[in-house]
Amino acid sequence: MADGLSSPLSAPPAVETEVMTINIGPHHPATHGVLRLVVDLEGEVVRDLKPVIGYVHTGIEKSCEDKSYWKVIPFVERMDYVSFFFQMEAFCGAVERLVDLEIPPRAKYLRMIFLELNRIHSHLVWLGTTALDLGAISMLWYCFRERERILDLFEMATGQRMHTRYFQVGGVIEDIPVGFEEKLRKFIADMPVRVGQYEALLDRNEVFLQRTKGTGIVPRERLLELGVTGPLLRAAGEPWDMRKTFDYLAYPEMDFKIPVGTVGDNYDRYRVRLAEIVESVRIVEQSLDALPEGPFIADDRKYVLPPRSELPTSMESLIHHFKLVTEGYRVAPGEVYYAIESPRGELGCFVLADGSAKPARVHFRDPSFINLQAFKDMAVDTYVADMIVSLGMLDPILGGVDR
Amino acid sequence: MPDAPGLELIRGEIEQDHPGAILDTSFDRGQATLVVDSEQVLEVLRWLCDAPGQGYRFLSSLHAADYLPATPRFAVHYELLNRNRVERLRVKALLADPSAGPVTAGDPPPPPVAKASSGVGSPTAPPAEGLPEIDSCVELFPTADFQEREVFDFFGIVFRGHPDLTRILLPEDYVGWPQRRDFPVGGEPVTFTYNERQYG
Amino acid sequence: MRDRQLRARDMLRGDLEGEELERYVEEKVVVTRFEEMLNWSRANSMFPLSFGLACCAIEGIPMSAVTARYDIARFGAEAGRASPRQADMIILSGRVSIKMAPVVRRLYDQMLEPKWAISMGACSSSGGMFSNYAVVQGADKFMPIDVHIPGCPPRPEAVLYGFTKLQRKIMGNPDQGWRQRYNAAGTEEWARGGPASTPSPEAVEAYEVARELARA
Ligand code: SF4
Repeated sequence: MADGLSSPLSAPPAVETEVMTINIGPHHPATHGVLRLVVDLEGEVVRDLKPVIGYVHTGIEKSCEDKSYWKVIPFVERMDYVSFFFQMEAFCGAVERLVDLEIPPRAKYLRMIFLELNRIHSHLVWLGTTALDLGAISMLWYCFRERERILDLFEMATGQRMHTRYFQVGGVIEDIPVGFEEKLRKFIADMPVRVGQYEALLDRNEVFLQRTKGTGIVPRERLLELGVTGPLLRAAGEPWDMRKTFDYLAYPEMDFKIPVGTVGDNYDRYRVRLAEIVESVRIVEQSLDALPEGPFIADDRKYVLPPRSELPTSMESLIHHFKLVTEGYRVAPGEVYYAIESPRGELGCFVLADGSAKPARVHFRDPSFINLQAFKDMAVDTYVADMIVSLGMLDPILGGVDR
Repeated sequence: MPDAPGLELIRGEIEQDHPGAILDTSFDRGQATLVVDSEQVLEVLRWLCDAPGQGYRFLSSLHAADYLPATPRFAVHYELLNRNRVERLRVKALLADPSAGPVTAGDPPPPPVAKASSGVGSPTAPPAEGLPEIDSCVELFPTADFQEREVFDFFGIVFRGHPDLTRILLPEDYVGWPQRRDFPVGGEPVTFTYNERQYG
Repeated sequence: MRDRQLRARDMLRGDLEGEELERYVEEKVVVTRFEEMLNWSRANSMFPLSFGLACCAIEGIPMSAVTARYDIARFGAEAGRASPRQADMIILSGRVSIKMAPVVRRLYDQMLEPKWAISMGACSSSGGMFSNYAVVQGADKFMPIDVHIPGCPPRPEAVLYGFTKLQRKIMGNPDQGWRQRYNAAGTEEWARGGPASTPSPEAVEAYEVARELARA
């Protein structure tokens, strides 16, 4: 913001103004879903703000209590609908820890490939829609061009574009098909170039720079107090990434960097996410190179469906299959909290088992839900226009917020 | 994660400062849990946060669970994280159901389309009697704000001292605590030819 | 092309006569009813409300279906309107929770006639997999829906297909679906009592009221 403009933000204006309460949403093109904001405005400056959420509350956690473990997977996918693979991983990982099941190395690498592709996908959707809010409509078209290619890959391996139900307790449901690797290699060769093109489009765009630089700053300590994780925290200069700190899947064997920002404004948030796309591409490439041979799902008949080919010949497999499909497996009582790094921060899954074939409680610690608390700090005492930018850069997915 | 002996050390130290605060510990599937007295949970959290050598300063998640046939019935879980040592610790505060006695079926679910609630932030009337209560930790961890509201919304657990304890995800005029185990899942049966008699 | 333009000018000047004029009129002029023309233009220049509810929104009109690969502009519905007062069509893309249902209804009421509604995805058509306390089991419980698109989420192609069905419906030429193709009219299943059952007293009353209003 130019100096002349910044005065009404801090000092109370000389003329007496009235505080007006404005309702934004739940249907509003710039709220990324059905978020409702009740904003107190003084002129054009936001003085107070209250997010009202719950408009897509779906009761998923309650529905999960009514389903056997393997039927819960499609439910949890539909929470944060842009990063479906992460939900699956959080839930399957939690159940694997509950039943103490080790997944084979190939499954770990396959999971990593899909998780990182999903991270790219999520950031692309974020970039397209946020740039759209800022008036850069063409970005939506370019981002969705690449997104379609990722979805093609998902469809090729899993049969569905979104909500794939690919991860299973114990591994993944199928191996990748012939031709997948070639297509994926083509994609990861292209993607860094595309990121360069996005940067070329946005980084020298005066409007974009003016609106993002120096807006929506929240100090790092405050972010930590508010429990914010993910790119928002990293943009404020805190190198906290659960892929590095916790040991899950095969991330410790991967070589990648954690992009961090310096100022913590909206521009840093944008840069961090773009840099993360490039790092994700590197992870995909490394896991593809190191993809070990072997089974793609654990061989424990108590929890894992027997392969289709065995069903006509083996009575035992048939019985296992029947038992698993009709009743599901029982899990000894216990509780587990398993957290992974989703595109928006720490995604935790808490599963409470009571000894039956259905979980007694499935709770998701969704990063969008927690991060949304920082929105007030980001937007108060800025202009309405900056509030919209901050909301875009916060990247809340309302399905995840409301569950 | 602190390992099992580490957990006992923590327990011992807390018991010196706050006798009787820790009811139990458990170390299950690699995850350490302190079961604390719900009246002293705030002291324990503060101790874990500030005591030298501890520093569990990041509250990852706060959620509740309903262990229905068991007593005490509810528990609020605090997933604490020490970001320097990369250790997680779960603090679990058990809460009895004051309206106990025979298990009552949950409040009847409202009709599918509830009335629009237009007013925002109008604080609900003081929560009804018979709800379990626990101290709010918003002062200590500002991140708990939304999560405590969510727990209140779904389980009807009242957090004493929370600045704005209202329903967060459900409509404000909703009746009932849907994630309690005795609340029906709801929904509608689908009519197929075979069950036409029953529902049709 | 040039030739035709010349001929058009000729006709306007009155130079075309007799057989030439006849032929020209036969080639160039389509006779139709005004109503049909109106419907044709309505169907082909639709202003959808850019409104998304949940996962389906990403595959549907606000996003994927508008972008380059699927490009709903081919069917004349790319101009999403943010305000319901300017929109002709609402696509319910996602699950409708009990908290959202009054809002959706209000949006629908604010749209100007004539208006159409598409329910996209299993959730808004029937509640989908979420048969629980929080989700309205089917959007047609609280508003009229013209076309249901199945899928979870439906592919963008499915959205386009559903949209073309709606276009045919608007043009007064609605698609009867498979029942027509397989000669199976009359096999519809009816909930509660079947087509011959008598309407409830409330329905009769509401119908009377509506007729009163229409007469006034
Ligand atoms: S139909 Fe499926 S994809 Fe669409 S909103 Fe419902 S759960 Fe999401």
